[in-house]
Amino acid sequence: MSALSAFAAGLVFGIGLLVSGMTDPGKVIGFLDVAGSWDPSLALVMAGAVFVGAFAFSLARRRAQSFFGGAMQLPRRRDIDLRLVAGAIVFGIGWGLAGFCPGPALVSLGAGQDKAVVFVLAMLAGMLAYTAAERFRGEKS
Amino acid sequence: MIDWAHFTPWTSLAGGALIGAAAAMLVLLNGRIAGVSGIVGGLLAPRAADIAWRVAFVLGLLAAPLFVRGNPRIEAGLGTLLLAGLLVGLGTSYGSGCTSGHGVCGVSRLSPRSLAATLAFMAAGMLTVFAVRHLA
Repeated sequence: MSALSAFAAGLVFGIGLLVSGMTDPGKVIGFLDVAGSWDPSLALVMAGAVFVGAFAFSLARRRAQSFFGGAMQLPRRRDIDLRLVAGAIVFGIGWGLAGFCPGPALVSLGAGQDKAVVFVLAMLAGMLAYTAAERFRGEKS
Repeated sequence: MIDWAHFTPWTSLAGGALIGAAAAMLVLLNGRIAGVSGIVGGLLAPRAADIAWRVAFVLGLLAAPLFVRGNPRIEAGLGTLLLAGLLVGLGTSYGSGCTSGHGVCGVSRLSPRSLAATLAFMAAGMLTVFAVRHLA
């Protein structure tokens, strides 16, 4: 049951990314290019998503369990540390270079685009490198 | 100057609302944050936990093009794609999230961490595009 709802959520998420234009790297870069001819569309994607999301999360916050009975697992941390900000900056540089972020890259992979295959493989390599680095850090300390 | 030729206010707003609806489904039904990098990263972790819902969510993303056709303009070459993918993988791991987890879910929750991360990756993305398009 929970896998079915997760599949449905992923599907609606992906359709939303396609409809909104987020899966078009040219459009993403057009949004990030504030000094050139600027396409503000993606600000509206975020506005639409946050508007709907805000209702859902205010409801979720008041529940200890999800509707299917599993624990409500919301992040609790509130501190802003160097790892968070440096990581976000590195992510932003990669996002600006190719115009792909993880969700749209996976949707484009599903569409069979060869450039998305290259991007996703490199992204998985980056995530594995992080896992390896964390394991090394854990062994040292 | 605004690029009116490519500006798509209504489809972008509607697509955004769908993204928000999907995040709502995942948090209310599964109790989970719809953060794509976190969901994928959780599958690569040394002791991967609750694999089923993660795989199901990713399969949903992969199946989306069966229902809606995209029209992507991908300018980046092979080298840029490799570098960009690596940076996105590393950055979202260290930064605990991407455009979906921080930008949509975190901002919806008014999480201070997510607001900071979203400002940081937006600014870095804008500066990168500025450097590539207007300085190089």
